[in-house]
Amino acid sequence: MSQLLEVSGVSVAFDGFKAINNLSFSIGPTELRAVIGPNGAGKTTFMDIVTGKTRPDEGTVLWGEKSQSLLRMSESKIAQAGVGRKFQKPTVFEDQSVYDNLMMALKKPRNPLSVLRFRPDEQDAKKVEALADEIGLVPQLGRKAGELSHGQKQWLEIGMLLAQEPRLLLVDEPAAGMTPAEREHTTEILVAAAKTRAVVVVEHDMEFVRRLNCKVTVLHEGAVLAEGSIDHVTKNQDVIDVYLGR
Amino acid sequence: MADVSLTGLPNRRPFALRYPSVLVFIAALALFTLTVTFLSEAMGNGAVSTSFLKTLGKTLCLCLVAISMDLVWGYCGILSLGHMAFFGLGGYAIGMWLMYARTEIIVTESLANGIIPPTAEEIRDGIGTQIFGVVGSSEFPPIWAFAHSLPLQLLAVVLVPGLIALVFGWLAFRSRVTGVYLSILTQAMTLALSLWLFQNDNGLRGNNGLSGLQNLPGLDTVPQATVSLWFFWASALALALGYLVSAWLVSGKFGSVVRAIRDDEARVRFLGYPVEGFKLFVFTFTAVIAAIAGALYYPQAGIINPAELAPIASIYLAVWVAIGGRGRLYGAVIGAAFVSLVSTYFTGGQAPDLNLGFYTISWVDWWTVLLGLSFVLVTLFAPKGLGGLVDLISERKAPNRRGAPLGPDAGALREEEAET
Ligand SMILES: Nc1ncnc2c1ncn2[C@@H]1O[C@H](COP(=O)(O)OP(=O)(O)OP(=O)(O)O)[C@@H](O)[C@H]1O
Ligand SMILES: [Mg+2]
Repeated sequence: MSQLLEVSGVSVAFDGFKAINNLSFSIGPTELRAVIGPNGAGKTTFMDIVTGKTRPDEGTVLWGEKSQSLLRMSESKIAQAGVGRKFQKPTVFEDQSVYDNLMMALKKPRNPLSVLRFRPDEQDAKKVEALADEIGLVPQLGRKAGELSHGQKQWLEIGMLLAQEPRLLLVDEPAAGMTPAEREHTTEILVAAAKTRAVVVVEHDMEFVRRLNCKVTVLHEGAVLAEGSIDHVTKNQDVIDVYLGR
Repeated sequence: MADVSLTGLPNRRPFALRYPSVLVFIAALALFTLTVTFLSEAMGNGAVSTSFLKTLGKTLCLCLVAISMDLVWGYCGILSLGHMAFFGLGGYAIGMWLMYARTEIIVTESLANGIIPPTAEEIRDGIGTQIFGVVGSSEFPPIWAFAHSLPLQLLAVVLVPGLIALVFGWLAFRSRVTGVYLSILTQAMTLALSLWLFQNDNGLRGNNGLSGLQNLPGLDTVPQATVSLWFFWASALALALGYLVSAWLVSGKFGSVVRAIRDDEARVRFLGYPVEGFKLFVFTFTAVIAAIAGALYYPQAGIINPAELAPIASIYLAVWVAIGGRGRLYGAVIGAAFVSLVSTYFTGGQAPDLNLGFYTISWVDWWTVLLGLSFVLVTLFAPKGLGGLVDLISERKAPNRRGAPLGPDAGALREEEAET
């Protein structure tokens, strides 16, 4: 099976400290993958590398059918190529309405002149409304994102991620600050999204990971410690030692 | 699907209804222009003297450049300390034509009295001597190559500052210089430009600058009262158009993206927007607006010299916008109008000195201190500036529905008001 994203032999050091150490990772075009690991394992740094925020010292990151290297592309070009990202700390544009946040994320030409000419039509508004409905923020559409609660901001960011229609979703700790019912709904959204695209979810909550019911990659000290089904990795002695058994 | 028509989606209503401040502004500007016109000397009424009319016209130009500053700083988050340099360049570009064309008429008339009709070369030399005599030269520098042509110099008003902004912005934004470093860089550009203009051999008459700009070539018979009124109208029209275009620019998705860049440009990149391109667009566009404002300002001022482009001028511009309230167009207008008019009053020597017995406060000196102090106070205690006063009125009509923010632990709870 040809892979959508192939990360191989990637290392990155911050002031001599190896945050990522010869990491290899790959994911198919329609796959759901959970990434777990202790604090500081390098999960967020891994996403930084794929999205172009951090340049690795060595290794390759290849993307898509044409095996294009992401390492020479700017953050915006990578995002345009179809990599969407939700941050660990919810980052929405607090000064703008939920509607504007979603409209900005909607998949449309991104260059200044097209944006200048852009006026949302009936269909665009419908799409935004449908997204808002999916994330339960319809009553908040007209309100400023800064007025939302932490959990609602998480939702909004998930909504913005879906609006981009990316081919690969990188989701960093989506369930933090959510109630059990909301977590369940988040699981549903992610599982549904993974039917048509690749989804990588970083999460600490093992219950949440279990419900995702997918292949799990365990990171430790910047490298893959174990990979396989949830039952497989939770029985792995190394994983128990560094992560689960704490 | 839920019924969302009840939510009153903000983008569905017509432009004017969504932004009532635009209507209010245009109406107020029209009323102001009409009133001043009827009170002007040109209309046979002396209530507004010609010199005060010029002050008002110049103030409108300052409001326009303040709008451009607000776009680039208040909306896009680029604290440019160089926009008054673009303003000055616009003034120089139009000033060159005004000076050349008028000198040409004078020289031609004086030579026409000779026995032999003057050659084109003689006329050109005459103009050169007239204009460049003050810097000990009569040669025409290459920079004046287009000064004979009004259309070309008008083009230069837009193109020269536009190109400088484009190149400067491209270099700066591409290397991701942001924040205070970018501000310092814009100051350096401004300083370099003004130092260059101060040189005598640059072809722009060094520190003498350009003068006599209030006289329109070939219209010597038209009284200044009328010419001033024309420029006042032109300034009002430019301000209205500038306001409308800017309001349109910041209203749609473009405005959304630009404000998002101001708040968190890294996040905007991850949405796929080329942040540098947007910044470059806004920087260059606002430089052009500033230049147009300058091209209308200096014919009313009558004179331009390199001191007008000094870095301090651009800092003042930032102060006006901060006092007026950045991030809202009318805030910039209020700030520029209020501060520059009050400043004219105090520094013009009209304000009576304040005698404290032991010390006499002379406003000409102390006004700058007062301005600096109010800048600090506004920044600290009223970041919304004078424009924030408008919120006090509008919030009374539409109460703030913001509830207490809920922490991550109570994340799923809606705000309190949802329960009532
Ligand atoms: N820009 C940076 N400069 C220096 N050190 C960094 C930088 N980014 C990450 N690190 C370090 O790299 C290591 C990995 O960090 P990372 O954020 O990727 O961990 P994580 O797996 O996401 O942890 P958590 O579960 O707490 O989110 C940490 O020790 C962190 O301090
Ligand atoms: Mg992390």
